[in-house]
Parts: sequence; C-alpha cells; structure tokens
Amino acid sequence: MPGASAAAQGRGIDPTSIAGKRFATRPHVPLVVVGAGPAGLAAALEAARLGIATLLVDENPVGAGLMGMDVPWHFGGRMDASVQNSGRLIERVAESRPDLAAAYELGIDVQLGVAAWGAFANGPTSASYARPIIGLADERRSWLQTFDCLIVAAGARDVPVAFPGWDKPGVMGARAFHALVSEYRAFSGRRLVVLGGGVVGIQAALAARRASLEVAGVIEVDAAPRAPAALLEQLRAEGVQLHLGQSVRALRGKAEVEGVVLADGAELSCDTVVVAVDVAPTIELLDVLGCACRYRAELGGYVPVVDEDGRTTRPEVFAAGDCAGVTDAALADPQRAAGAGRRAALAAAAVLGMLAPEQAASRIATLPPASRAAPADREGPRQRWLAAALAAGGDELVVCQCEDVRVRDLVGIRPPRYLKYAEAAFAGRNLHALAVDGPINQDQIKRLTRAGMGQCQGRRCRDQVQSLLAAHSNVSPGDIPLASYRAPVRPLPLGVLADRDEGPEMRDNWSAWFGIAAQWQPHWEKPSDDPAQILAPHYHLAEK
Amino acid sequence: MSSESALRPQPAPKGAAVVVVGGGVTGLSAAWWLAQAGVDVLVLEKGIVGWEASGRNGGGATHAVSPLFREEQRLWPMMDELLGYPTEYQPYRIRVALNESQLAQHRRMTQLAVSQGFETELLDPKALRELVPLVGDTVAGGIFCRYGGHANPQRTVQAYAWALQDRGGRIVQHAAVHDITLRNGRAVSVETSQGSFGCEALVLAAGPQTALLAGRLGVEVPIAPARAEMIVTEPVPVMRHGGVDGGGLYGRQTLRGNLAYGGGPHEWLEAQDLQPRRAATSPVMRSLARRMRDLFPKAAHVRVIRSWAGIVENTPDGRPILDRLKNPENVVIATMSSVGFGLSPASGRAIAQLAVDGRCNFADLRQLDLARFAGLAADWRERRGWVPWSPSGADNLMVES
Repeated sequence: MPGASAAAQGRGIDPTSIAGKRFATRPHVPLVVVGAGPAGLAAALEAARLGIATLLVDENPVGAGLMGMDVPWHFGGRMDASVQNSGRLIERVAESRPDLAAAYELGIDVQLGVAAWGAFANGPTSASYARPIIGLADERRSWLQTFDCLIVAAGARDVPVAFPGWDKPGVMGARAFHALVSEYRAFSGRRLVVLGGGVVGIQAALAARRASLEVAGVIEVDAAPRAPAALLEQLRAEGVQLHLGQSVRALRGKAEVEGVVLADGAELSCDTVVVAVDVAPTIELLDVLGCACRYRAELGGYVPVVDEDGRTTRPEVFAAGDCAGVTDAALADPQRAAGAGRRAALAAAAVLGMLAPEQAASRIATLPPASRAAPADREGPRQRWLAAALAAGGDELVVCQCEDVRVRDLVGIRPPRYLKYAEAAFAGRNLHALAVDGPINQDQIKRLTRAGMGQCQGRRCRDQVQSLLAAHSNVSPGDIPLASYRAPVRPLPLGVLADRDEGPEMRDNWSAWFGIAAQWQPHWEKPSDDPAQILAPHYHLAEK
Repeated sequence: MSSESALRPQPAPKGAAVVVVGGGVTGLSAAWWLAQAGVDVLVLEKGIVGWEASGRNGGGATHAVSPLFREEQRLWPMMDELLGYPTEYQPYRIRVALNESQLAQHRRMTQLAVSQGFETELLDPKALRELVPLVGDTVAGGIFCRYGGHANPQRTVQAYAWALQDRGGRIVQHAAVHDITLRNGRAVSVETSQGSFGCEALVLAAGPQTALLAGRLGVEVPIAPARAEMIVTEPVPVMRHGGVDGGGLYGRQTLRGNLAYGGGPHEWLEAQDLQPRRAATSPVMRSLARRMRDLFPKAAHVRVIRSWAGIVENTPDGRPILDRLKNPENVVIATMSSVGFGLSPASGRAIAQLAVDGRCNFADLRQLDLARFAGLAADWRERRGWVPWSPSGADNLMVES
C-alpha cells in the first residue's frame, strides 16, 4: 500500500485520492482498432502487414439483451429467436465479412462480440494514466486494455425520425436492419415499408429484396428522389414503388406495426417500418476521449476534427470510415472507407515508430485520395421529415421513447409527469424564454425534461431533440452544442462492469467521500490538525 | 411577450445592490434568499447555472455534522413550495451496513443527529430487506433515519434560478469574471467578459474559482479543487425510500428509479485546469459498479447507462468558509468545501444574512471564518498530497496474466 504508507510518513500522498491506485489491464498492445467494418479491417490488415501487433474488436454480434434496448441501433424488436444463440451469430458475422479470414491469417487478435464501452487518457481533468486505456466488454465481463494508438472505425448509427406510432415494435433503423438482414440473418419481418428515398433508404430496400423480403414501398418526403439514378433504376427493376412527397401520417396496428397511412391517405400494409432517412457518424468513444468534434451538416452531424489521414486532435487517436463523416459516395462504395482505414494505419505506424514519417507519407500518397465528391445536403431532408412528423403528430408526438417525452414537454421544458408541479409556474417557461438567458444546451434540456436520459442512452432521440431545440430557438442544429457522451457508451450490467481484479490500494483506501477527518467530525468538535488523522478510520471508510 | 421579442435580449441595467459571482447551488440559493427579501440581486455565471458539481452530485440532504444541519432539515420539506418548482425532495435516509463494522460506524454517525434531537430506528436484516428489496441475503442491517433526505440536484439548481428570476433577481450566464474593482476598501464592480457590473455588496460563491477571484482582492482562500465521479443505472422499480446508501457509497434511487451512486478515489487538480468542457470520468467507475453490486446484489443485472464527474473544492479542514470579510468589508466568501448541495437552502440563507446584516441569526458560523487558516503553510496542498498525481512509468497498471 505505497500511498498510505507514504502519507503516514508525512510525504504528502492523499491515500483516498487516485494517487497510487492501480488498474488491472490486459497485456499491452501497441494498436487497438475498434470496428471490423471496411475501414477497421483495412486499417488492421495494413498495420499487421507492417508488423504492428494489433487488436481488432467489433461489437457484432450485439447481445440479444442490448438489441432489446435498441442499442447500439434501433432494432425495433425485429430479431428472430436465433439471436439467442451467440455462437451461431458469431459464425454468421464472420461469414458476412470474408476479409476477417485474412486478419486471422496475419495474426491479428480479432475479438468479435466485444464492445468498446469507454476510453480513458490524460487530459484537462485527469493526469493519472500511465498509458491510454480502452474499456472493453463481452456479455459476461469487462476489462481494460492499454494501447499506444487507437483507430476508431465505429461506423454509422441510426438517425431515428419520429412519427405518430414510431414507438411501436416493428419500427426500426436502417443500420439495425442491415445488421439483422445482411450480417446476423436474424430478421423476423416479412413485408416492410422504407422511409427515406436517399442512398440509405434505397440501399435498405435493395438489401430487403436480396433477402427475398417484400417491400411495400419506399417513402420520400421530398418531391424529387435523392438517390443516384443507378440506384433508382435497381429499385425500379425490383418493382418497388417510390412514393415521393409523402410522409407517415399514422401507423396501423395495436400491439405492433400492421401498416402505415401516408400523408395523402394511402395505406400500405407491412409488419416493419425501416426508418432509413439517414445514418450518422458514431463518435461516442472519440467524444469520451476528448477529441474535438464539430457539427458538419454535410457529413451527417457531429464529426471528429481530423486531418486527411484521420488524425484527431489527440495525436494517438485516429478516426476512419463513416465515424469520421457520412457521405453518399462512401455509403455506395466501401472501398472509400477501406482507403481511409489504410491511411489511418500508415499514419499510426509513424506515431508508433514502425515507419519513418516520410515513409508513411509516401505510402499514403500511393493510395487513392480521400473523397472529393460534392457532399449531399444531409440536414435538409432530416428537417423536412421532422417537419412532416410534427405536422402529423403535433405537440403530442413522442420525442424520447425511454422517458416518454413529447414535443410539448420538450418545448415547454416541463418536468416528467411522475413529478407534481404547478402548471402555472411553468406558464412562462419554455425554450424561447430559456434562450433569452443564453444559448440552448442539449445537456441542460436533457436534465430538465429527461429527453435522452433513458436506457437507450439517447440513441433514439438525440438527433431530433437537437433539431427541435434548434428550431425553437431560431438557430441551426449546428449551434446546439453536442450532447455529451459518457462512458459506458454501451449499457453494461453492474455485475459486468464491476472490477473483479481490484487491487488492495483501491480496496484498503476506499472512502465514500474525501477522507478528511474533520469534515465528518461534528461542528462542535475542534478540527484536528494532525495530518495522520486523514488515515483514521472514520464513517466514510467502508471497512471490510 | 411574443416569442420574437423574447429572443432579443433587452438591455438590462448593469450591476445590482448585491452581485453574486457563481451560479452554482450555493450562489443561486443566496441570490434567491436575497431576492425573497426584496434585495436587488444579480448572479454572474461563467457558463450555465448549476452546470458544474452543483448539478452533478449525490443529492443528499443529511449533514448532521454541520452547524447548518437544523436549518437544512427545517427548510427542505418546504423547498418545493418556497421555490414554486419541483426539486424531487424526498425525506429520510436509510444507511445499509454490509457487516458489523459498518453498522457500528453508522450508529456512531447517526448518533450525532440523535444528540441533536432527531430520531433513528435500527433495522434488522429482515426489516431492511422489506424496505430495500435490492439488498442481499447477508446484509448486517441498517439504520432508518427519520431525518435527512435527498433531491434532484439538476432540477433543484434550476428551481433556485427560476425562483430568483420570478422574484426580480437577474442571472447573467456566460459571463466569466476576470477582475474585481476596489475603491476605498470596498468592492465596487465586477469585470466580466460581458462588461462591468457595479455592486454595493459582493458574494463570491464560485466554487473552485473562488480562490482565484478572492486573490484579485488580495485575500487568500485556501481551497484545492478535485474531480469526483458517479455512475447511474437504468431505472428499476421504485423503492419506498430512495435515500439508501452505505457500503462505501453515497447516492440515491431517483424518483424515476435510476440508481445513482458515487464514492472512491478523487483526483486533485491544478486550479488553472478548471475550464474544461466537462470533467472526465475514469475506470474508477468499475470499482463503483463493484460496490453497487455488493450493496444491491439483487441489482447485479441492472445496466449502468451513464457516468459523470464534477469538480469540487475542499478547504484544509474540509469545512465550509462562510465569512463576511473585514477588508474589503462588503465581500462575503462562500465555499461549502465539497458538501454544498444538501446544505444549500440553509447556506444560502446564511450568506444572504451575512451580505445584508453582516451576521447570521440562526446558526453559529464563527468556526467557518477564514481567519482559522491564517497560519497555514504556503505549501499546505503539497504537505497533504492534495496535488495532481501522475504515475511514473507504467506503475499504475496491474497487467493481468
């Protein structure tokens, strides 16, 4: 117990502080790659070929429990029973990604079904890490892994769009649909309606047809299609009808989805609605690490600030693929993400000393350049879908499913309904009034209304809450600061997150609050000025 | 008022009779009490009200060691009504003991409240399990405190802010104070990123920044900032009393059902490090999860969905400084030394009285004066180890085999 003995000898270590505490970690690896999609796999392969010992983790297949919570994507309860068999799902995921075989052959430590739930490194409010750490977990336990370089290739996440009835089972996201249909082969629906006539929507409809599912129609809020002609031609060839200038007025079905009613009154029967208006970059780990993020409407939302090679504002952390920005060109061509992964790996190799900087630069120069295609307008369609939803659902539209927050609660910054409060006191309290006191901050609204505080960790509401806050305070969505991500960025059971290898330094010096003896002495007693008192067993030490 | 005009801030009169620097829970409560008394009051906040540790804590309101304890207990049951906004205040506290040693500690601490006229009740394991179904089969017992309680910190800070605005008080957010102007031995104006605000009296309740600001007045306030963190789970069925803690943890079950708990190692910080977008959380959360699992074995399957950290300041003896200075004589220094939320109804009232009358009429604050630190060694933080710590080499890592 070095901390305690040093303090007892008056050498100035606070035993109840972080000083001298040790974290149990798995054997060090120079490079960790998060995400074994096109970008992450290409990055890991490139690094391994340079002789860099690499750990490649991917949370797929996601555990059935998390799928039920719509984490990390909006699964909408459309999993079949096979998701209970994680062994079989791992096989299916591996089959869906043939490049994984090459990774195994190169000696890459590939871990499927392992989620990255946190990342920790020295920064403005922490100086206590000998090395940067990533928190990993499977369904049974969590652990810590040190690294020198991290490449985040976490892909994209769903961007839900509310409409009346969107909280019913059977409404799901495009990313979740892709996982269930193309990777897990565990989709339980038969006939679907796709919302979104952009690349994401058309791709979802085509994936459904490839899986021999019926597509009752693709709905697009804009009057003109947003997808390239070639994709639209494929859709036509499949005989799928594109309903332009439409949105969802209502959902049919009591317990589950049975159909949708369009704005023009037409009805389409279906058992699943795939919300495929757009996807957004998955930046959770990057934000947790303190990498600077900026709102870039043309890249799908908040993205990490990166250079050409994916280097973030932390020199040891890189972002590659969709998590660095979503574009139609990259969605249509996985080779672009692979190129980004290779660039990040080469840049990381320079950081790791495995390549001289000029070697890395010359190899990067041989790769196809990063996308220069004119990015599509990603914000406009989302706003128009939201406007259509508001037109259909009004103030009663549910924005946050977990916490049952409706539009009127959000705009009126009302407390949750389980609290008693005087409605009159809130008469003048709303987003407009709050904006007078300063720019609206989504984290503040979250605390007041609970929108985003639920078990899906805000996944189903953060984007539309951001849009609504912007609309009601007359700013653009990018003016609403990023609602912060916090570890664990995947919900973990207490028994899984719990540190089973806690060291004696932690155990023996644990204090519920600062171990300051006089703080817990009654005020009528004179505070002791004996420094050794700090060590005195007192109320807040949990003795074993 | 149309929404259009509401969006255009009207030019407000600069300054007030009392300017409070710091829109945390202590400063807001002080300002609310002043506004209640009809005093022209203005709060200057560098960010958003209640943004730092005031809105990120365990929400406990059970502080029998404090000279403000009685007032804390008297006021909390009235706060929703007094403020006009919900704080989620719930009465009572249950201390859970996992073993006989913890039970003895709980007895000793709750005795401090009993000696002040409050009641407790010993709970045997069976009685405890009935009240707190999440505890395990081997629990040693508990103590039911017929005093104390807990509230929602985030909702409470906003309630103070709105209540003070309702009573004519003003809040200027995003106004970072960089200097205080003295004239004839009095603080006469506060210089901020939004201009100068005149004052007749000044309250410094700026949390960890209080020392820097007091330094502008030539007054040394010995405080050390540190980061502390908590975790919160998804909601579970609401227990009859949410104010349950023990086993080395502080915290509560919220009215929504989330279990929110903290404890364990804090991290001392340099004062100049205090402008982050947010305070980071750490792998200590795994030790928190372990203790939550031990405290509530029946909740081992419940998922942690969030963590958060706040930066708090401590004085050398861990007790508050609530003091009207001699020079400049119109300044009140207010730091609650990391235990501010629960005591805020009482501390705010005390601060308001200090600012207006120069003395508090309901509690003896003499021992909370600044003068008690007059002889403090300049290197007191180093001597205590209350300074940032960095591992050398890889010596804070235990590599698993």
